[in-house]
Amino acid sequence: MSSILVVVEQREGKLNRVSLETLAAGQALAADTGWTLEAAVVGNGVSGVAGEIAGQKLARVYAIESAKLEPYTPDAFAAALKQLLETKQPKLVLMPHTYQVRDFIPKLATSLGRTVISDCIAYKKDGDKLVFTRQMFQGKLAADVSFTCDAPWFVTFQNGAFRADKVEAGASAAAIETVNPAIADGVIRNRPQEVFKEAKQAVDLTQADIIVSVGRGIKEQKNVELAKQLAEALGGEIAASRPICDAGWLPMDRQIGSSGQTVAPKLYLALGISGAIQHIVGMKGSRAIVAINKDSEAPIFEIADYAVVGNLFDIVPPLIEEVKKAKG
Amino acid sequence: MKILVCMKQVPQKDAPLKLNESGAWIREDVSYEVNEPDAYALEEALRQKEKHGGEVVVITSGPTRAGQVLREALAKGADRAIHLEDNAFVGLDAFNTARAFAEAIKDEKFDLIFTGLQSDDYGYAQTGVVLAELLGWPHATIIMQIEKTDGGIQVKRELEAGYFQFVDMPLPAVLTIQSGINKLRYATLIGIKQAKNKPLRKVTLAEVQAVLGPNLQKIEKLYVPQKTKNTEFLQGPAAEVAKQLVEKLRNEVRVL
Repeated sequence: MSSILVVVEQREGKLNRVSLETLAAGQALAADTGWTLEAAVVGNGVSGVAGEIAGQKLARVYAIESAKLEPYTPDAFAAALKQLLETKQPKLVLMPHTYQVRDFIPKLATSLGRTVISDCIAYKKDGDKLVFTRQMFQGKLAADVSFTCDAPWFVTFQNGAFRADKVEAGASAAAIETVNPAIADGVIRNRPQEVFKEAKQAVDLTQADIIVSVGRGIKEQKNVELAKQLAEALGGEIAASRPICDAGWLPMDRQIGSSGQTVAPKLYLALGISGAIQHIVGMKGSRAIVAINKDSEAPIFEIADYAVVGNLFDIVPPLIEEVKKAKG
Repeated sequence: MKILVCMKQVPQKDAPLKLNESGAWIREDVSYEVNEPDAYALEEALRQKEKHGGEVVVITSGPTRAGQVLREALAKGADRAIHLEDNAFVGLDAFNTARAFAEAIKDEKFDLIFTGLQSDDYGYAQTGVVLAELLGWPHATIIMQIEKTDGGIQVKRELEAGYFQFVDMPLPAVLTIQSGINKLRYATLIGIKQAKNKPLRKVTLAEVQAVLGPNLQKIEKLYVPQKTKNTEFLQGPAAEVAKQLVEKLRNEVRVL
């Protein structure tokens, strides 16, 4: 019987919620293919997470336990999962496209002579063939990609591609099978230290109702002032895409995107932001998105509610005036 | 330290892209630039060499045009370059690209291999890690800092949501470098002049063909994504657009 294996992510015994999105994808794929859905959780002391996952609609949960799996290393995770895959032989292996998965899944797939179709946003079933949709060229184009090798087929899904609240609960708890992989001495070469947060974050952008965010289109550091004035007029916070923070034009704690904060304000006003995937994942949940960009093909317009194709330096000054007028 | 930097030429960020006849790739008559994270990877390699001595070698694969990335790297201070030159390299998946690189450097002894954390065109974020696995080396991804230690290196990994982690690891190793790890330098005039006399080794497809297999994945179709949102485009003179937008913010978004 063919099966789909979803590998969920946990940190310190807590489920990373993005894993539920991947489970939702797995349930949809299982319904479309008729394949059995199973899940696995990897770590040391993961029975709690395994139990939580077992409540969902799936056939079985593998709790892959070893003292060598904590803290996370790509060597141990790849070794442990390789053993499980060789025994259980699932056809399809799904994971969320997190920084941790990105760190070990290419190694795991390569060790089995296979490949990963990474950062997918959807799938299609074309007859017997599964095709996975992913963004390319920073989101300007989409590609339908298929596997041209034997199973197992590895797929990672982008944050937000499926809805966690669509996960169906099971009629009864699924069986949990504990697996103790053999990880020989010397397999683990990296010695990771404690995870830490840099300076205490001064601003919590997740609490802001209005965010004015700047991207490369702002051109020079001194122009950031203009965006700040607009943010101030609107009573919102200033934020930026990664290149602006990399350049030091705004502090790192103002960064929106996969490596920064994830926000969902009432209004997200994007100035000169092209809309690379890494930025979009941090703001696409915003209730209203306004994009001002001179490039009519900028991917940000794909998700904008209101769009202005034009020079932000022409539009922002009168916009500040109009906002001030409206606010009296 | 002897460091190899894997670099890629990608279409410029604001280049308008058109599909080619196959419908599975773009028309290649666009402007190109170096993949941004790769530029940071090169800069980091140059800084490590300045601190610890050694050699910086840059490698790319792609048609003749891709050589521009190598010339720029040599002008910035890389010591020599390797160009896997053939149009066919553009269509290789991460597995095959890594195999081609591994084959091209099989007679070399590097301490470190850097790649950018992902490319701006495919965005697979895999080639560096696949290369590490093929070489049997340890790796670490999304690196924001590298320090030499007695037994190897200590790197700072970027995790999600503002978290970081230091990792000690032995050499040789593969690291994928995050944008913003350092400040990029510009090539100097003298650097550009010197670059012309630096060694650039060309590797043909035939030289690495034996290690390549069929691609394990295939782009069936490339297309402009379907809009999922009803976007309202505001048009007119700037002052007029500003008025319209404020009206929307007041009456529809209701934030004013």
